[in-house]
Amino acid sequence: MLRWLVGGGREPQGLAEKSVQTLGEEQTQNPYTELLVLKGHHDIVRFLVPIDDYRFASAGDDGIVCLWNAQTGEKLFELHAHTQKIKAIVAFPESYACEEKCHMILTAGADRAVIVWDCDNGRQIHKVSCFHSTVKCLTVLQRLDVWLSGGSDLCVWNRKLDLLCKTSHLTDSDISAMIELPKNCVAAAVGKELIILRLKTSKDGTEWDVFEVKRLLDHQDNILSLISISDLTFATGSHVGELIVWDALDWTMQAYECNWDASLHVDPQQEIKLSHSQNKISIQHLASDEKCVFAAVGKGIYVYNLQMKRVITFQRTAHDSTVLHITKVPNRQLISCSEDGSVRIWELREKQQLTAEPVPSGFFGIWGFGRATKQANNTAKKAPESTTVYSLDLTGDLIGHSSAVQMFLYFGEHGLATCSADHLIIFWKDGEQESRLRSLMLFHKLEQSEDLQLGI
Amino acid sequence: MISAPDVVAFTKEEEEEEEAYSDPPLPEEYSVPLFSSPFASQGANPWSKLSGAKFTRDFILISEFSEQVGPQPLLTVPDDAKVSGTFDLNYFSLRIMSVDYQASFVGHPPGCPYPKLNFVEDSKVVLGDSKEGAFAYVHHLTLYDLEARGFVRPFCMAYISADEHKIMQMFQELSVEFSKASECLKTGNRKAFANELEKKLKDLNYTRTVLHNETEVQKKNNEKGYYSTQAIEKANELASVEKSIIEHQDLLKQIRSYPYSKLKDSDFHPYEPESAVELAEDNLEQGVTTSKPDETGEMNPYPRRSSYTPKLIKAKSTKCFDKKLKTLQELCDVYFFTQTLDQLHQIEKTFRGDVCYLLTNQISRALLKKQTITNFLFEETFTVEERPPEKQSNAFQASPLDSSDAKYLEVCPVPKMAINLTVYKSSVESVPIKMDQELEDTPGTEVGEPMAYDQQDNLGYLDADLKGSVSSGESIEVLGTEKSAAALALSESQASLPQPHPSPQAVRNKAVSRRTISEDSIEVLSTCPSEALIPDDFKASYPSAINEEPYADEEDEGLRFSPSLNLDRAEEMGGDPEPENLLPADSTCCIGKESSSFLEPLPNLAPKLCDDDGVVSIPPRPYRQADQEFRINFTDYSSHDGITGSLLTYEPDPHYLMSSPETGKISLDKCSDSTVSYMSSTGSTSSDRTPSPAPLIGPSGERHKKKAGQNALRFIRQYPFAHPAIYSLLSGRTLIVLGEDKGAVEKLVTALSIFVPNCGAYAKPVKHWTTSPLHITDFQKWKLIGLQSRYSRYISILDADSKTLRCPQYRGALISRLADHRTQIKRGSTYYMHVQTLLTQLCSKAFLYTFCHHLHLPIREGETEDSVAARRLNFLKAHLGLPHEDSRVVQYLAELLKLQYLQDPVRGVSPVLRFDYVPSALYKI
Repeated sequence: MLRWLVGGGREPQGLAEKSVQTLGEEQTQNPYTELLVLKGHHDIVRFLVPIDDYRFASAGDDGIVCLWNAQTGEKLFELHAHTQKIKAIVAFPESYACEEKCHMILTAGADRAVIVWDCDNGRQIHKVSCFHSTVKCLTVLQRLDVWLSGGSDLCVWNRKLDLLCKTSHLTDSDISAMIELPKNCVAAAVGKELIILRLKTSKDGTEWDVFEVKRLLDHQDNILSLISISDLTFATGSHVGELIVWDALDWTMQAYECNWDASLHVDPQQEIKLSHSQNKISIQHLASDEKCVFAAVGKGIYVYNLQMKRVITFQRTAHDSTVLHITKVPNRQLISCSEDGSVRIWELREKQQLTAEPVPSGFFGIWGFGRATKQANNTAKKAPESTTVYSLDLTGDLIGHSSAVQMFLYFGEHGLATCSADHLIIFWKDGEQESRLRSLMLFHKLEQSEDLQLGI
Repeated sequence: MISAPDVVAFTKEEEEEEEAYSDPPLPEEYSVPLFSSPFASQGANPWSKLSGAKFTRDFILISEFSEQVGPQPLLTVPDDAKVSGTFDLNYFSLRIMSVDYQASFVGHPPGCPYPKLNFVEDSKVVLGDSKEGAFAYVHHLTLYDLEARGFVRPFCMAYISADEHKIMQMFQELSVEFSKASECLKTGNRKAFANELEKKLKDLNYTRTVLHNETEVQKKNNEKGYYSTQAIEKANELASVEKSIIEHQDLLKQIRSYPYSKLKDSDFHPYEPESAVELAEDNLEQGVTTSKPDETGEMNPYPRRSSYTPKLIKAKSTKCFDKKLKTLQELCDVYFFTQTLDQLHQIEKTFRGDVCYLLTNQISRALLKKQTITNFLFEETFTVEERPPEKQSNAFQASPLDSSDAKYLEVCPVPKMAINLTVYKSSVESVPIKMDQELEDTPGTEVGEPMAYDQQDNLGYLDADLKGSVSSGESIEVLGTEKSAAALALSESQASLPQPHPSPQAVRNKAVSRRTISEDSIEVLSTCPSEALIPDDFKASYPSAINEEPYADEEDEGLRFSPSLNLDRAEEMGGDPEPENLLPADSTCCIGKESSSFLEPLPNLAPKLCDDDGVVSIPPRPYRQADQEFRINFTDYSSHDGITGSLLTYEPDPHYLMSSPETGKISLDKCSDSTVSYMSSTGSTSSDRTPSPAPLIGPSGERHKKKAGQNALRFIRQYPFAHPAIYSLLSGRTLIVLGEDKGAVEKLVTALSIFVPNCGAYAKPVKHWTTSPLHITDFQKWKLIGLQSRYSRYISILDADSKTLRCPQYRGALISRLADHRTQIKRGSTYYMHVQTLLTQLCSKAFLYTFCHHLHLPIREGETEDSVAARRLNFLKAHLGLPHEDSRVVQYLAELLKLQYLQDPVRGVSPVLRFDYVPSALYKI
């Protein structure tokens, strides 16, 4: 008896003009089958920082800092003091905090104040509000037991919030990012320039000085991302898509990549056709492991191999919109989030290929156009001497936010926290694991409670 | 003549209970005993029990033993001549009034200079009159009347039914309910009595002054030094007035010092909390106007006092028999009288219907109580029961089997248990014939097990007693009366305890500590005569008529804000909010026979009270206009694209995980727990976003079940894809019902609601009404972006208009049993029960799965998680017989169980949303 008609297993996904790789509703490799929505903010949530193994802080445009328990999703504290948007937040590394046996976070707001918070009781420890300009970035130099604030100038503070020293006005722009370099140096991104500063301290540690060592003017446009790759190298990415890998000791350029379209040896013909406007290839965020730099370039994500000094694989349109954050997580997985509100999980796969066959031209010929959505991935056409083919495969997507996902925080076994312009933080959890954990807790509680005598 | 089967019925019951103990898994009470009613021999059918009686249905009769005319019926509840029919109320009044065994002796006890008031507990008697075909639970009480002989007037309230079995079975419940009503009457009566006494005292004082003046005048006039007979007469008169004053003062003191210590303890209150609630409600609902004047009059006596002008009392105030006795209403103060009547009406409603219905209800509720871990999943009553009684539910009286009425059985606070058991017990003891050896036993048990009275024992006594009395072959059976020698002895020793209220707290504590043993049936006031009168005590300026007033005030005040008060009380009781809830623990084993109402927790938990809001049903709103608007848009859209289905996928999103600040508030709170919702097509126009969660579990109870069952039956017959839809619900996937026609959508939602597991102990996760924050004004935008379809992974969509369903496939076996479209079940309520049965079965599987140790933990060292997981799967498939998607259902329920079990008592269940990445299919008719 034909009781019903089962209409096709899958519906067409989204609008088909996008060449975004999509995954069906069946995502066997996606472990995140449980979610908790954390509500506490009233405006865009921009920052998530880990405090310790189970806590993290969130902050954003509403000026509120929320502390969360990553295990339960419970809001521990809501810190109110900033009157305007929070521009930067940094947690004191644990080893640093150990001396005082408390966890602290620093927040800088558009209200030109920097506040030190005690995460254990949610109280404000210190507040400095003598800045001439908004502090845009904060860095803790653990080794020197100081922290830096960057705005129109760079200030060095000790943890009691004494101003140790400061630079003069650097340039017209403000410092947008800072990282620590070896030999007491700091790299600060100021507009297009990368300024290397060095800290000097007297032997008794009472006198401090900071002075400019070098200015690197290799970027054509504003530096948007600055990351430390290792003790010896760091990388910068700019608005026009220049990725530069620097030597951390002598600050020379080690590698330069900007031709993201051509980087994969596509026919020049195609390249011209596909010429992107500049903002579409701005490097929003960088991440790295020892071998590779992962770049969020426009809507795509690219994997740049440091040894081979070239892009080994990429997803040109990883998302429908600009990718805002990217992170490498264990098991060769990559997570990216985007303005389109989605979070995607990628797996970097290597395949040994015995013969280096040239990729059929038709494969790339239709780039950027209505390529069949089920097309697996873009495989880098590699030099014939290499026998390894890398690919970036979509293994899962997390849909929940209704607006741009600003960033996310990978919390290991606890899951993944994502924050968004929709004011929400969603904590994604491994449903299987949570179920097991709950079972454990249940039996634990059973053991403890005597009211329920359950035979086992 | 009482025929023999009357006895059989009772003993048989007892046997049944024995069996229930030996065979716990199947509640024996569910089995239908062989039809052996007394009428069986007469060839009557089992349902024609009423044939013997001259009245059509059960009713309540209030009678008085008037000192002027003897026993007379006063009123019946319901107040309808048709109910009692040709039944001879006068004759029956005589019957019931003649079995009042209690010694209502008041007057001058030997060796006591003053008249004494006895604070007599009520007696509870069952009697039958097989000639009339009537059986009755009779509740005797005495009310004080200054003008009555011995100051007392005996009354009784009787619950009269043609079904003796019912009276026997419901004895406890009836006793509880009638005690409440009686306590209400008596409280009003004490108040009125005290008022009367005060007036009388004023009169006497006035008379004394007048007489005194007269004698003074006489003394002055009489200078001869000897008294005239007239003067002697006056002096005697004065003396007698003074004696009378002292007597009345003493009476007033006695009535004021009624052992309220008992009542002060909140959980010991037989009726006060509820009546206070009602009182508060009354004030709110009926408007202050009706009850206020009365109340203020009582509480603020000054105006009345001042307006009262004392009268001169004649020297020889003779008892005149021709005077009109006060009516019950006058005796009890109008307010309390109406309260009592309300209560009696409630009782009548509660006990309507066949006893088997009442019993089955009781039993299922009692059994439900045992499943505390799982019953939140599918039981609606779970939430409803714990609400305090609400006036609004009184409105539902349509069917005699209305369960919302039956709920009142449960709503009564637990504390009565202790009292009633003992009352019950002592009443058994008091049967004078052959109680001696039992009397010896009882004190021991009472002291030894103060909390957990062994009900079994009581029943034993009861039976023995019953057999004894029945064998006497009289047409009146006496179950028992109140007073017992043992209890009397006890009470006398305690009676010396009460002090004039040292401090409320101390009194409370004392009451608590005393409570366990002071279940005496008669409390005799201290034998100490009241020579030393405390002036304050009987000054007319005493702010309230009697001592209980301040407490009554407290009650009133407090219970208007009942949640907080309840908490306070909980704290007062030593921080343990529910000591009473512990009580029933032991009695659960006797569920078969005992009333489940004992097992009800006190409705005193604040969160549950808050939950009330979630249950309020929202009246239907004007809909028409918006509806049309939507239709335009809708057709507009569908004509463009021709794919309604894809539209549907967009629609739910805004509710689901929305972003705007306001929606952030509502949507994600709900997102985890709204499992059925339908898109309100009026979203664009209706500006109010009144939250109206779950009107489904409104107070309609039984009727709702019936309706839901009917709708569900229709649904499974009409929609060939009912199975995957139900699967979606059972596996925790939100199902969205879309449609143009609100009525049709609502029907579907109602139908499907019975398959929705609850996520917590609160409201059903069914959302009847959602107003979209994106509204239909954004309709165009959706068409353009269409990106919300990405949320489709979290939802299933049932389109009522195009008759399509988009949801994951289902291949299990479970739901075909649950929703067989060829089912022979015709009635909605039957189907509802069928579903409940299967769901309960499912719950037990989920329980087993959740709490089986070895399914979740390694059984040997170093066992891998994979191996445990494999065992888990095997268990689901092989042991529980759940292939494919069926196991998903159980896994989901198990997850809910875990969450519920682990929930933080303060924060509740964390709103976790679980989902699967599974493909959906599109089903069409």
